Amino acid sequence: MSPLLEVKGLTKHFPARGRGSVKAVDGIDFEVRAGETFGLVGESGCGKTTTGRMLVRLLEPSSGAVSFAGRDITHLRGRALRPLRKDLQIIFQDPYASLNPRHTIGKIVAIPLQANGINPAGGVRHRVQELLELVGLNPEHYNRYPHEFSGGQRQRVGIARALALGPKLVVADEPVSALDVSIQSQVLNLLRNLQRELGLAFVFIAHDLAVVRHFCQRVAVMYLGKIVEVGTRAEIYERPQHPYTRALLSAVPDLERLDAAGRIRLVGDVPTPLNPPSGCRFRTRCWKAQERCATEEPALVPRDGGTQQTACHFPETGPLR
Amino acid sequence: MSAPVQPYLDVRDLTVRFDTEDGVVQAVNGVSFTVARGRTLGIVGESGSGKSVTSLAILGLHSPRRTRIAGEILVGGRNVVGLADEEIRALRGRDVAMIFQDPLSALHPYYPVGRQIVEAYRVHHPQASRAQARTRAIEMIDRVGIPQPAQRFDAYPHEFSGGMRQRAMIAMALVNDPDLLIADEPTTALDVTVQAQILDLLADLQREFQSAIVLITHDLGVVSQVAHDVLVMYGGRAVEYGSAEQVLRRPEHPYTWGLLASVPSLHGDAEADLVPIAGSPPSLINLPGGCAFHPRCRYSEQTGGRSTQWVPELREAGEPGHLVACHLSAADRRAVRGAGAIVRQRSGGRS
Repeated sequence: MSPLLEVKGLTKHFPARGRGSVKAVDGIDFEVRAGETFGLVGESGCGKTTTGRMLVRLLEPSSGAVSFAGRDITHLRGRALRPLRKDLQIIFQDPYASLNPRHTIGKIVAIPLQANGINPAGGVRHRVQELLELVGLNPEHYNRYPHEFSGGQRQRVGIARALALGPKLVVADEPVSALDVSIQSQVLNLLRNLQRELGLAFVFIAHDLAVVRHFCQRVAVMYLGKIVEVGTRAEIYERPQHPYTRALLSAVPDLERLDAAGRIRLVGDVPTPLNPPSGCRFRTRCWKAQERCATEEPALVPRDGGTQQTACHFPETGPLR
Repeated sequence: MSAPVQPYLDVRDLTVRFDTEDGVVQAVNGVSFTVARGRTLGIVGESGSGKSVTSLAILGLHSPRRTRIAGEILVGGRNVVGLADEEIRALRGRDVAMIFQDPLSALHPYYPVGRQIVEAYRVHHPQASRAQARTRAIEMIDRVGIPQPAQRFDAYPHEFSGGMRQRAMIAMALVNDPDLLIADEPTTALDVTVQAQILDLLADLQREFQSAIVLITHDLGVVSQVAHDVLVMYGGRAVEYGSAEQVLRRPEHPYTWGLLASVPSLHGDAEADLVPIAGSPPSLINLPGGCAFHPRCRYSEQTGGRSTQWVPELREAGEPGHLVACHLSAADRRAVRGAGAIVRQRSGGRS
């Protein structure tokens, strides 16, 4: 079966006045199958949000290709985008900035239907109320404004809007990171129930490794515009091979492990994407780096014949800790 | 908590109210805690729990026009509630220092970082020469792990990365060797690998300077790594208080249970649903009567109506020094924990 979403060599360079360009995303490949939850995880500046925006055509890629259901959508624009919007939607991080404060939530959820000239059986209002109910909001609150809702409820409105057209794939960019802990779990459970009930595929972008583990079946780890490792949840979280993945997991303050044994502490900061290091981009912070890492960029390939792919000349082996 | 020494910070029955157009915000409602030198207290809570308001009150940073503060805040034995501005200013930065979530809003964008650290030093050391102050600032820049301290002295905040700015702010806070450091979400804006560096740095500096630290955060993982004691706040009140071991490993309050069960973990069954806390945090203008948590508490009915009528007192929950404000009986709480439905089983770790 061909994948629902196929990304090849996707690249985004932002021009930086007189200083070359910011290599935000620098040639990444991945696939997402129908109904699959795929996580993109990494620290700020790794390119995960830029990637998400290119997928839904909010940003024009510098090069590379994105195909959706076998069709090249890399450069779709204007009217040609309309049909794609039905299948491919996005949920934003900030539930405050992503809803128009002057529209009622009924209108906010109805706009995708109206913009696509869809007249659902039973009428737009009926469909919107169904959607509000689906995301756990009171359908009678149809006429209320965003400011009357809490952050968690607003995020539910954003989810209802994304689901209005019955998409096949939803790109969710940090959908719970602005929410309080107790509310975050409510929204995560909702997203997962919807994903299972509706068979939705997700590209789930987040910096929180535990949240990604909870939601995603497969995970890609990004660093400085590259995917450094990709695999199933178990592969990434239990047997990570890339030193960066290990360091990242090791840095998470973990309620369950208070001992410092086996902890990896990276030194220094992420280098600037204006001028990323030669060879392997992680080498300047990597404790295993050798000469070869500076001269030869490691390819993202399977290391042990499995599905897990790692871009490293000296990958780690064995279980984590 | 049961530190033998006199606590450096002793907050007694602190109440903070704000008068607003919409009504009186009951931000902090009778909170007491202590922190000794060399110890870290983690104050945990969600938005609107009163944790940041509490910390700002310790530094006297609330506008006196709209704020009413009652209770006592003893810093080194001296009550700072009601102190005149100039007396508070003499204290602030010298005895008590603060680091914030966002270093960009705490550092002036127009002046080099080193100059700002020098200024923070000279305010409290007017007799120090410029050269002495500069030496001291460079020493601190070096101490917080900024490479090439003498060169970075003249750099501007925008030339620093987020982690470096946070280090610079820590250098500025510690330049006068304060006895008490208040850190309000100090790593929330940072990436996880940088957060780990900063948390290690804070722990190192504490061992070296023996300061008392109040760490305010929403992140239970961060608390579990650095705090000796933990205070859980909800609706402006303390609901649970004890050693980190007690509160995080043997929690007694249903809200703490809820917080622990709702955070996704790096271990265990990833397919299992999280157990969220129903509803959302209360309005501080219109707090629910009785226990502020009762509308969201799944055990409220087991209290025979008490939870809707009376605010539960914070009292010992079996173990010495472990306090909980809950109407549930010890037997009821044991039964819930025994059922294992709420508190996730946690393994390993320090005992």
